Amino acid sequence: MSHSQTLPLKRQQGEQPPSDDGSSAIKPSRLKISLPSEDSDKKNANKRLKDVEICVPIVYGTIAFYLGRKASESQSHKWTVYVRGASNEDLSVVVKKVVFQLHPSFNNPTRVVESPPFEISECGWGEFEIAITLFFHSDACEKQLDLYHHLKLYPEDESGPQTTKKPVVVESYNEVVFPEPSEGFVARVQNHPAVVVPRLPVGLNLPSPVPFDPMNDKERGGTKDHPLSQWFLNFSEADELLKLAASRQQVQAHIVKLRRQLNLLEGLPQSKQPSGYECT
Amino acid sequence: MDAKDILGLPKNSFPSSADKKPRPPKESQRKPDGISREVYALTGRMPPLMPSIDASQLKKKHPPHEKITWQWLPFTNSARKDDLHLYHWVRVVNGVPPTGDYSFAKYNKSVDIIKYTDEEYEKHLTDPMWTKEETNELFDLCGRFDLRFVVIADRFPSSRTVEELKDRYYSVSQAILIARAASSGDVATHPLIKEPYNVSQEMERKRALSMVLSQTRQQERKDEEVLVEAKRIAELRMASKVTEQPQLVVASNADAEVTERAVPGETISPSNVQPPSMVVPSATDNASTLASLRMLRVYLRTYALDQMVQASNSSAGLRTIKRVEQTLQDLGVNLKPRVPTKAVCAEHLELRREILTWLNLQKQVQYKEAEGSSFRDGSYGETPGTPKDRTFIPDSMNFGDIHKTVVSSERVGKKDQKRKAHGGPPTSAHKRPRKQKASDL
Repeated sequence: MSHSQTLPLKRQQGEQPPSDDGSSAIKPSRLKISLPSEDSDKKNANKRLKDVEICVPIVYGTIAFYLGRKASESQSHKWTVYVRGASNEDLSVVVKKVVFQLHPSFNNPTRVVESPPFEISECGWGEFEIAITLFFHSDACEKQLDLYHHLKLYPEDESGPQTTKKPVVVESYNEVVFPEPSEGFVARVQNHPAVVVPRLPVGLNLPSPVPFDPMNDKERGGTKDHPLSQWFLNFSEADELLKLAASRQQVQAHIVKLRRQLNLLEGLPQSKQPSGYECT
Repeated sequence: MDAKDILGLPKNSFPSSADKKPRPPKESQRKPDGISREVYALTGRMPPLMPSIDASQLKKKHPPHEKITWQWLPFTNSARKDDLHLYHWVRVVNGVPPTGDYSFAKYNKSVDIIKYTDEEYEKHLTDPMWTKEETNELFDLCGRFDLRFVVIADRFPSSRTVEELKDRYYSVSQAILIARAASSGDVATHPLIKEPYNVSQEMERKRALSMVLSQTRQQERKDEEVLVEAKRIAELRMASKVTEQPQLVVASNADAEVTERAVPGETISPSNVQPPSMVVPSATDNASTLASLRMLRVYLRTYALDQMVQASNSSAGLRTIKRVEQTLQDLGVNLKPRVPTKAVCAEHLELRREILTWLNLQKQVQYKEAEGSSFRDGSYGETPGTPKDRTFIPDSMNFGDIHKTVVSSERVGKKDQKRKAHGGPPTSAHKRPRKQKASDL
């Protein structure tokens, strides 16, 4: 189910929205200006699919190890901040580069990672907020997406001495949604495991996708065999869905009861005989 | 005392009476020259690290062996065209007067006015609206007054507006430049060619400016209202429109004239993590939230959920929202889903909406009860709709009880009718007190 609605009078792509003075700065790449000489595929590559929602589930977070004996005052922990596919697939099909903005006390606090795995490892002593900016390939989206993550070094349980064996892991699950992807983009990623593509509308003719070959370098960008993968958390929507469904049932039951009661209450005053109470 | 400890200073450095006498003479001995005692104390009684500028250095020092006299001498000004000789005081050094031009002559700048020949005029510059004499006169004035068109317009023999004069001057200059240039490419970068004078635009602009100036207060207010209204409409339109690069032109109404010629266009290019109020124009409507989400090229699922939650919360007060969140917690549901997939977010949203419905129903029932009870009792002591008397627990127990008592009393009544003979009085006796209790709950 995509967030599609039948919006009235969808403006045919290619038409300029009403503007004055030619002051509108519409990027030419977004318009479907059909030149007769162009290939029909190319023509359609920029067309936006309104009823298709592309979704890329990601997990981002940090893993921090206490250095134990090797720890110094300024470098007590070794940590890694990363963005990975939720099922450890290769995100580079959609993500062009990731920029991690570290605390200014780090050398070159702006770290740019242009190929998977999208991660930065560092040593330090302090916790701070890391700004993670995702940049996508131009056929996906020209705009960047910002995420924020607080680097946690010290475990919740402050009871015992810190262990070097078990790291402090904080991960967040999220989904990057492309509400109206271009045909070209959909065609390119439709077979890729990192991307969730819904059932395409009937009659939509996309150029055949590049077949996904898990054996070739596409999979190398994934994090299935990542050295830290043993610490990755599991995000299963099943538990949450179950909980939500159960809660909804409960609430719905309450609603039914109250509705019944309301009806009764509304019926009550008429059927009551005041004289029956006034005496005694 | 503690401060001294921190600073590491020796304690008891306070002068005791025994120390007092030797101290003052010691301090006065150290009084420095050049700066006052207090100022020296401010610097911590230390000489400054940098050598400060010696005051005597600031005085201009004239080499003592030079002989300076001042003489009343004549001078000429190269900026003048006549041969005027004036006199002024001149500083003479060792009997040698200063050479060089009058020092202010270099400031005599003027504009280079293009001069055309008669043939050039015949060839390129004839114009039905302008006679040759007028054009000559114009250029002469331009030269004299350095293109100060307001003055030129004033001096111009026939009445021409500033815009007309400017137009004539600039078009003539342009024509001459182009005519004299070897190729059109040479002059293409000349400012006169690159940005030609646009008479109609200028006239319009000035007219608009004068309109703004002469606007009465009332007119100003009306204009503002119209603009606000237009902006609102534009935003509404934006929410429902699905265009590539949403750009809208706000059309001004006929009665209030918009001053600027460039009608304000609005571009919303939302970055994806922004305070919601900036991105979503009218978050009251779920449909409009959805529409505005679709306008983003990319967004996070959590962001979308937040927007939708806000939209559904917008119709409720703060207390209600808090109650919704409390209910979620009681149910054991995360306020923000841990795994925000599409399905989870949809369920979460629906759950929130259902809780809202539930809470609203509770309120309604409360209200109805209060209404009902005041009717039944007929007592003036109890004011209707005072929910404070009722301890409200979102638990079906209380309601179940009421439900039961009401139903049971009705059922009992029916049973009475059926039995006819026995069991009647005791049950009916119970009826009344029970029913009254219902209102006291």
